[in-house]
Amino acid sequence: MQNMGWNKLFAVSLLSLAITGCASSGGTTDEAATTDTAMEESQTQAVPGSPGVDVVTEEQAEMAANPLLDQTVVYFGFDRSEIRPEFKDILNAHAAYLVANPQASVTLEGHCDERGTVEYNLALGERRADTVKRYLVVQGVNPNQLESVSFGEERPAVVGSDDSAWSKNRRTEINYQAR
Amino acid sequence: MMQRLFFILGLAFSVFAKAELTIEITQGIASSIPISVVPFQTTASTSSGDVLDDVIRNDLQRSGHFAVLAPNDMLSHPHTEDDLYFRDWRLLKQEYVVMGVTTELANGQFQVRYQLFDVFNERELLTQTLKGTQQQIRDVAHRISDAIYEQLTGIRGAFSTKIAYVTTNPERTRFNLSIADSDGAREKIILSSKYSIFSPSWAPDGKRIAYVMLEDAGSRVYLQDITTGKKELISSNKGLNSAPAFSPDGNKLALTLSKDGNPEIYVVDLTTRKWLRVTNHYGIDTEPNWMPDGKHIIFTSGRSGNPQIYRKNLETGYVERLTFEGHYNARARLAQDGRFLVLVHQAQAGGDFHIASLDLTRGLLQILSSGTYLDESPSVSPNGVMVMYAAKHNKRSILAAVSVDGDVKFLVPSKSGDVREPAWGPYPN
Repeated sequence: MQNMGWNKLFAVSLLSLAITGCASSGGTTDEAATTDTAMEESQTQAVPGSPGVDVVTEEQAEMAANPLLDQTVVYFGFDRSEIRPEFKDILNAHAAYLVANPQASVTLEGHCDERGTVEYNLALGERRADTVKRYLVVQGVNPNQLESVSFGEERPAVVGSDDSAWSKNRRTEINYQAR
Repeated sequence: MMQRLFFILGLAFSVFAKAELTIEITQGIASSIPISVVPFQTTASTSSGDVLDDVIRNDLQRSGHFAVLAPNDMLSHPHTEDDLYFRDWRLLKQEYVVMGVTTELANGQFQVRYQLFDVFNERELLTQTLKGTQQQIRDVAHRISDAIYEQLTGIRGAFSTKIAYVTTNPERTRFNLSIADSDGAREKIILSSKYSIFSPSWAPDGKRIAYVMLEDAGSRVYLQDITTGKKELISSNKGLNSAPAFSPDGNKLALTLSKDGNPEIYVVDLTTRKWLRVTNHYGIDTEPNWMPDGKHIIFTSGRSGNPQIYRKNLETGYVERLTFEGHYNARARLAQDGRFLVLVHQAQAGGDFHIASLDLTRGLLQILSSGTYLDESPSVSPNGVMVMYAAKHNKRSILAAVSVDGDVKFLVPSKSGDVREPAWGPYPN
């Protein structure tokens, strides 16, 4: 609970940072937001002469450079939809990014392994997408940035009928529609 | 004679090779009834390659209730009563003999007259004359099988029924919703899509099928007219649109929507398009199925922590839990006027998934399936005797069938790719 409060505070402070960033630079763009991990070495910089591209604040660059953002899948136990503690850091990183970049949006795709019934798994997949959605919203993300969809057991990440394949298929994928 | 036999065999083989599904009987009942179906006398040309009495023998054999004598093992091939010597059939320990004569009629039609005899009592039990076109040989054969089955077991035959199922290539890039005879013959693709198709549900009139298509934006429920192929969008709300099930009168569809934030059961009147919310719980509620009275809906709910089967009275709103034995009980279907539930059952966490039956009056749960793996999607024949389900077998998705009493078992593998989501159609009109 204490931790969550801190996260909220963190999210709010990030949000204010983002707002200040926007106010000073006149808004970040998709291009600026998609800076990848290479930014860690190189310094933040504007692209000269291209209109609509602005200076990226150091905080935003740091955030976008967060390697946790490269992790876009969280996994679940069988017939479970609650978030496992080991995935909270990943979700916190995405939450921070989404808060700092209000123009960014993601689709949360819930998936299941092949065991159990097709329809119950479709509902369970939605639960998995929705628990991630709720978690991100609690971290301060605007629900309008989040869309959830369930693919049930229909789109496995790994084909196979063993524990290793199943554990990789019980997942929610965070797919950025806009950065 | 030999040449003609080869000709027929050749034709039969080509038809067999074309069919997507085949049937491998794995278990019949020990006390199966010995019956002989003598090759029918025929003057009609068999342009379709289907042989009437072959289809009947296969039907009866597949039911598991009969031990069908191969024509080669018969002492004679009589076609009329004058040639029928009961002593011969007693010698072969046969209890019943079927013989028939087909004659060609004008304009491509044919007629068949068949008789069923009781060998011990030396009397005729059944005589019927049926007419059909060359394309209807299988329909006529299945009708004859239905009549023989009902005469000898007291249960209406379901050989004339159709099954719907979904086939997919190993890459899962193409999904076909198909309809075939209950023996897998005469497969017809009614819908082909790059999107996953599941939960086909027959209208009681057998003329329409509702199903779910999982598009990129999520699940959608469609209703398709089988004869015209016309496809109609029934539900595309935000969230889930899934698990359609026709009411017994065919006027309503129960389905699962999560537009209000959580998977719940709804009923839509197909004429007025008025929606009614049936369940209201924060747990998952899905997989509705109507009781024959049209006043109760059974469904799967995760409200107790794991999926279990519940029944809701639509008039009083009373909800009752039906399954208590097992860790995971889901997707129940009703058999024998609602006296039995057939469902997907996992006894304990981490255990295998089987098809089980639950006797609702005695509360007795019986595991029906064995030899297959990850069993799911049970669908009951309209006479309540057989359950077809999807399973993994030798790393492929196949259909399998088991009788509601667990005694008869057969596999229905596909020639190519995977086959899933069987739905047994209603009796033909």
